[in-house]
Amino acid sequence: MNVGIRGRRLLRLATSEQAAAIALIIPSLLAVGVFVYGFIGWSAFVSVSRWDSVRPDYTFVGLDNFRDLFENFRFQIDIRNTVVFTVLFVVACLTLGFVLASLLDRRIVGESVFRSIYLFPMAVSFIVTGVVWRWLLAPSAGVNILPTKVGLRALGYGWYTDPSVTYVHSDSRLGEALHAAGLGFLANPNYGVPLAMISVVIAATWQMSGFVMVMYLAGLRAIPEELREAARVDGATETQVLRHISLPLLRPVTLSAMIILGHQSLKIFDLVISMSRRGPGFATDVPALFMFETTFQGNHFSHGAAISIVMLAAVSVLVIPYLYWSLRREARL
Amino acid sequence: MTVHWSRIAIYAVLIVFAALYLMPIYVLLVTGLKSFGEVRLDQMWDLPSRLRFDSFREAYNSLDSNLANSFKMVIPATLISCMVGSINGYVLTKWRFPGSNVVFFLLLYGMFIPYQSVLIPLVKTLQALHVYGSLWGLVVTHVIYGIPITTLIFRNYYANVPTELVEAAKIDGASIFGIYRRIVFPLSLPGFVVVAIWQFTSIWNDFLFAVTVTSNPAIQPATVALNNMAGSFIVEWNVQMAGALITALPTLVVYILLGRFFVRGLMAGALSS
Amino acid sequence: MSRTLKLLPAMMALIVLAALATGCGGGGGTATATPGRTVTAAAGGTATPAALSGKLEIFSWWTTGGEAAGLKALYDLYPTACPGTVEIVNATVAGGGGANARQVLTTRMLGNDPPGSFQVHMGHELTDTWVTANYMEPLDSLFTQQGWNSVFPKGVLDIVSYQGKPYSVPVNIHRANVLWYNKAVFQANGLQPPTTFDDFFAAADALKAKGITPLALGDVDAFASVQLMETVLLGSLGADGYNGLWTGATDWNSAKVTDALNTFKKMLGYVNSDHSSLSWDQANDLVISGKAAMTIMGDWLHADNKAKKFTDSGWVPSPGTSGMYDALSDTFGLPKSAPNRDAVVCWLKVVGSKKGQEAFNPLKGSICARTDCDASLFDDYLQSAMNDWKKDTIVPSLAHGAAVKQGWLTNVSDAVTAFVADKNAGTLQSRLADACKSATVCK
Repeated sequence: MNVGIRGRRLLRLATSEQAAAIALIIPSLLAVGVFVYGFIGWSAFVSVSRWDSVRPDYTFVGLDNFRDLFENFRFQIDIRNTVVFTVLFVVACLTLGFVLASLLDRRIVGESVFRSIYLFPMAVSFIVTGVVWRWLLAPSAGVNILPTKVGLRALGYGWYTDPSVTYVHSDSRLGEALHAAGLGFLANPNYGVPLAMISVVIAATWQMSGFVMVMYLAGLRAIPEELREAARVDGATETQVLRHISLPLLRPVTLSAMIILGHQSLKIFDLVISMSRRGPGFATDVPALFMFETTFQGNHFSHGAAISIVMLAAVSVLVIPYLYWSLRREARL
Repeated sequence: MTVHWSRIAIYAVLIVFAALYLMPIYVLLVTGLKSFGEVRLDQMWDLPSRLRFDSFREAYNSLDSNLANSFKMVIPATLISCMVGSINGYVLTKWRFPGSNVVFFLLLYGMFIPYQSVLIPLVKTLQALHVYGSLWGLVVTHVIYGIPITTLIFRNYYANVPTELVEAAKIDGASIFGIYRRIVFPLSLPGFVVVAIWQFTSIWNDFLFAVTVTSNPAIQPATVALNNMAGSFIVEWNVQMAGALITALPTLVVYILLGRFFVRGLMAGALSS
Repeated sequence: MSRTLKLLPAMMALIVLAALATGCGGGGGTATATPGRTVTAAAGGTATPAALSGKLEIFSWWTTGGEAAGLKALYDLYPTACPGTVEIVNATVAGGGGANARQVLTTRMLGNDPPGSFQVHMGHELTDTWVTANYMEPLDSLFTQQGWNSVFPKGVLDIVSYQGKPYSVPVNIHRANVLWYNKAVFQANGLQPPTTFDDFFAAADALKAKGITPLALGDVDAFASVQLMETVLLGSLGADGYNGLWTGATDWNSAKVTDALNTFKKMLGYVNSDHSSLSWDQANDLVISGKAAMTIMGDWLHADNKAKKFTDSGWVPSPGTSGMYDALSDTFGLPKSAPNRDAVVCWLKVVGSKKGQEAFNPLKGSICARTDCDASLFDDYLQSAMNDWKKDTIVPSLAHGAAVKQGWLTNVSDAVTAFVADKNAGTLQSRLADACKSATVCK
């Protein structure tokens, strides 16, 4: 009886508290509804309009703007650049972050000093990072002339001024193999790696790898030492401990880091604009920069909106599966 | 003995990386201490002929009121962001309701919107709210676009706060707000530190929203003033670099002071679901 | 407890919207009602106008050096010319040669929050962006009243006008087609400054053989390579042929254009290899240090030389462009629904006045748009430019918004950026022809 009353009270409580919970989330939902989804909707609307000067023109033109966009040589280059940048940046940050974290996890004297040094670039804005690295990687200065300070010859790297794109040439052996496999279209600069982009990756990695290091460090610390100790007692080498115990347990950290890095790289703008801008032959151009210029320099508002819709679509392809996966996994736990 | 050598190797690697990470700061500092005539790309590694703080003084003089504006905007925005994120994370972990995962997804997806594409509707919306052109307009903008990341961090963080604690309190008849105040909030410090650091840094360093929302130089944040120190044609790099360092100082201090708590917060589960 | 519950949503709303309650003091809704047209006439001439008050916001990308000093000189003239208590708000956004400023301006104009007046390049950057879209007021009565129709050259009046009415007041003139050279380097190698393309390439070969970079280029900002191409087009096609490119009279697919683009390509063979990492003024550093011999850049470079105390600089019109003045100008206009219209109109009078232009231009390092400025106020280069300005054929600059509308220019600039890396003149020509087509000037 007592239990029944208590249960009913709990139930009533639950519903009214549930309502309160929903009420608590509603302001955020409303704000995001307007500032994110409302504005996405606005962009989508503009992206199918004829708006091509500062005077809005909402005449419906279907998917014309998207067709123009995918035929645009600059946009094709931008897609390649984004893919190259994202892959290199994420891999570099994860690798460097993990290496530094696992080194710091070995009872290092002065750990907090090292940690602060690796982490502090994150406090600097991308704009400042871009300006400094623009100097550091200038062909006739910076890193290139550093060896001359100890009597060696200057390096001759072009860094972000190097317009060359490394790709599979059609007449190379690999190119012929691709053609034979029906993948001949891959032997094309549009599927290559623009060397100048590597400089931007270096700067971005300088800024973000410390953050990944801290995430991994936190992850490593959360793994019970007994687990690793037990493995060592069983005769596992350090590499084996790493491969079979630490790395699998760090997978959630890796995924979170990938999402944070990935969304930064897809939206990257400040760093590029203050470091190399478009780069030689658009070698460091990115969609956000193209959108900014086509909208606010060229007044091609509908094209700009189309770029942002494509960028969002690209992000969704990456993020929705991840969110689906992580929410499902949570539900199973 | 072998152990000894491997320790030395580890330290050597750590020190080499530390030097690499500090290299850009060395350039910033050395250039800031030079006179305009000494600033040359091919002499960037050289120390200044003599110490002079003129560039720092000049940079500070043109930035001081803007630094104050930045603080006036960043502090409330960070605090409100923390509160909003904390409450969202709390509700989404401890008071799940049908569709709460969908709500979480909808909130999170906002993280991926390219900000350059929202500027025009943003201005119109802020005008409708009568906050366009003011620091409060920036606060509103940053709080709203901060909802995804702050909610994500707190949701991950609270997922590791034992649900039994909350359930027990529910059975004892505590209200949703009472549980938050008495149980969840006191446990939240590490989460708050992570969110505060994240938001403080990104809001402080923002340029795009700042330049779009505030056009009156009297209220513009420091990043806009810093950008204006670079002329359209001639850039005084020494003053520019000094200004960049001054502008980065508050965030650097935050990182150095709170770095330890940052790691603790991350260990406690923020950011790793 | 239920009371607490009811309060909760309100409290949350309070947290999120705390800003709104206190934030009303900001800008935004302070639009002043537009007074009647008669005000323009009443406030005219030297007669003491009714005292002006309120705020006057002037929007520009002039933040440092001579340009900021020149702008301040104009502000200093304002209280005497326009009695009253007007407070000038100096709204500046630097960066990217006006790129950031244009973003902010566009966003504000579309949000119906125009500044009092804004800096804009004369020509299509103003007309095709703001005038045709009906954002600006015509200034014909102001021009007549101030007698400006006779003090500005006809070439300029044509460029600032749309359908016969002027829409902005030019404050200065810069010249884009100038070849700057290091006199010492030229002397040491027994060279004369080149005036034709043949001379240029002969000199360039001689310099290259000595290990000196013939032509310094810094195109981290895309305008520099576009501007270089524009001087080559002008030098190859002549003033009429060049002007025809922007009206459809000159065929972009013609052999003449092919020749010009090949000349451009050949020129790029003589530039410094790190050009895409340098700004134009860093390229000028190469000339100053003698590592490079020449650079083709607008005459704002002269102010850079002066700031860097480099006196050994010589100048000639870029190859093939003697007698042609490839002009660009900063102008100010009157947005419809500009707050405090009377104060803005008076600002325009200051900008267009002899006093204003004589105060501004020596500091900025440009010449007056007016033809009656006192030459003794200007240095040697500017005096020579003033001479040329009076007798040369004036043509509009492509890279600086005078010749074509913004949408066309961005397409040209994209094509040139690609070309500078891949050096494919055929592709460049067809992309330039396409750009003209999509601007609906060519068929």
